[in-house]
Amino acid sequence: MVNETEKMIIAGARLLPTDAAIYVGTGMPLLASILALKTHAPNLLFVYEGGGVGGQPSGRLPIQVSESLTYEQGTIVGSIDYVMSLAQAGWIQYGFLGGAQIDIYGNLNTTTIGDWEKPKVRLPGSGGGADIASFCEKNIILMRQDKYKFVEKIDFLTSPGYLTGGNSRKEAGLPKNTGPYRVITQLGIYGFDDVTKKLTLLQLFEGFSLDDVQANSGFPIAISKDWTYVSHPTETEINALRKLDPNGLVIG
Amino acid sequence: MLEENKEKLYGWLHPDDMRAYRLKHKSMVKKDKLTTLSEAIKKGVKKDDYLVLGGFGAVRNPMAAVYEIIRQDIKDLTLGGKASQNDANVLIASGNITQIEVAYAFADEIRGLSRPARAAVESGRLKVLSEMTNAGFQWRFTAAMKGLSFYPTRTSLGTDTLHYSGSKTITDPFTNEPIELLPACHPDVAIIHVHRADKYGNCQIDGNVMIDVEIAHAAKHVIVTAEEIVHEEVISNDPALTKIPFFVVDSLVEVPFGSHPNQVPGLYSFDEDQWQIWLDASLEDDDITDYLNTYVHETNDHYDYLEKIGGVKVLHELKKIEKGLSPYPKVARRG
Repeated sequence: MVNETEKMIIAGARLLPTDAAIYVGTGMPLLASILALKTHAPNLLFVYEGGGVGGQPSGRLPIQVSESLTYEQGTIVGSIDYVMSLAQAGWIQYGFLGGAQIDIYGNLNTTTIGDWEKPKVRLPGSGGGADIASFCEKNIILMRQDKYKFVEKIDFLTSPGYLTGGNSRKEAGLPKNTGPYRVITQLGIYGFDDVTKKLTLLQLFEGFSLDDVQANSGFPIAISKDWTYVSHPTETEINALRKLDPNGLVIG
Repeated sequence: MLEENKEKLYGWLHPDDMRAYRLKHKSMVKKDKLTTLSEAIKKGVKKDDYLVLGGFGAVRNPMAAVYEIIRQDIKDLTLGGKASQNDANVLIASGNITQIEVAYAFADEIRGLSRPARAAVESGRLKVLSEMTNAGFQWRFTAAMKGLSFYPTRTSLGTDTLHYSGSKTITDPFTNEPIELLPACHPDVAIIHVHRADKYGNCQIDGNVMIDVEIAHAAKHVIVTAEEIVHEEVISNDPALTKIPFFVVDSLVEVPFGSHPNQVPGLYSFDEDQWQIWLDASLEDDDITDYLNTYVHETNDHYDYLEKIGGVKVLHELKKIEKGLSPYPKVARRG
């Protein structure tokens, strides 16, 4: 039996190409990236916010984006300036993001729930999130879905998605051909409409219905006319994933 | 001007004022700058200062200096929360920080959110001054190091993160598209932990340098804590390895295991056992008080602290874990 976290990580890994540079954070993004590296994408180049590039961590998972394991057997190690400059200059195609809230255009909130001046809940802030969201060509958002997370209006726009839709992201001055690419939740996989830039269901995990998708969102979700079910994780994927996190630090 | 929020500008100085400051306070004469941790903090960190701590996340942080600030109870500090985790969360829990500029704070990455840090914001005890991104904070120090008033970037255009920062958005005169100007940041005091230095303050850092080179050149007063003070020939034999030069450093302290319970790349690992004790304590205010009493107030100095956390036996094991000679223990997480 595969749990929801495992399903989401495996779906994330499958989206990664055989060769590209990817900005990885600790937790689910790192597991998805290493899983891709170990299965179909041996030439993925990992870039960590802490300055490490091309590290191939072995033995355990890095728990910090700045720890020495992130550049073990790596290519180059520098500063935050170096890796963020790589991203701004377009060297890093993929990034993973998460958030407490998302809207129909893929904008993310990781700053405050409630009013910024007097927040109900204070979250960590942008970190590198808004940078990755601004600079990478294809961002994959991994988050759980319910009505409180998929909201009509996010309390704080921390990291840019397609802003107010249409051409607004480009008009704001963000780099061309960048933005959210996919959103993976426990219910399914979403993309964004080419023109309106609105979140659209592409694939559903088995066991869930189109009604579940809508019932767990505070905004209307378009359904692609070609939607399919996500194919079940293979034995190879499941075994490889569990081998990477034997103590269940991330996958539970 | 497309957007600006003047109320959110902190740590900024006119480049000429900073040039004048350097001319007056920094010296090109090589002097022995070694002192004790107690003296370095007493002389260098003042109530109401804008403080920035080196390292990134829970790696290579000046934790011994953090505990000394708590021991001396220096109040009302403003922190540049550039990618701040354990260092910030401890100083917030102890009540020494009352204002913060935030790129990342109030959490410990995979270990979870920090209850006392979040509670401090939610109750109003800690005032969040502004928002920033990790790249943005790096480049604020880059501007300061370069003697410029701002650094241009395309990050975060169109976001609230930018709206709640001291940045200004203008039209880029080359592309005719919007561009964000990040204000330079000159902290009153920076504390940076390095692998080794000579007695003048020439510093070597192994592995990732994080933002420390820029922070050291951007701050007014610079305190360096070093794992080891080495003979000056170790430095002069290969100046290419020097990351921070003596002339930016104001005081210097030899502090072995100065980042404990955090990592120093290549030297020692995270102390997961100590981390778990802290994370468990951080769930209740009374337990935080007990923790700080046990490990900070009731220890005379850093060496006393190192005995309290288990002494040579524990520290030697942390070295072996970092070298891959001992297995990695269970990762500490907030319960």
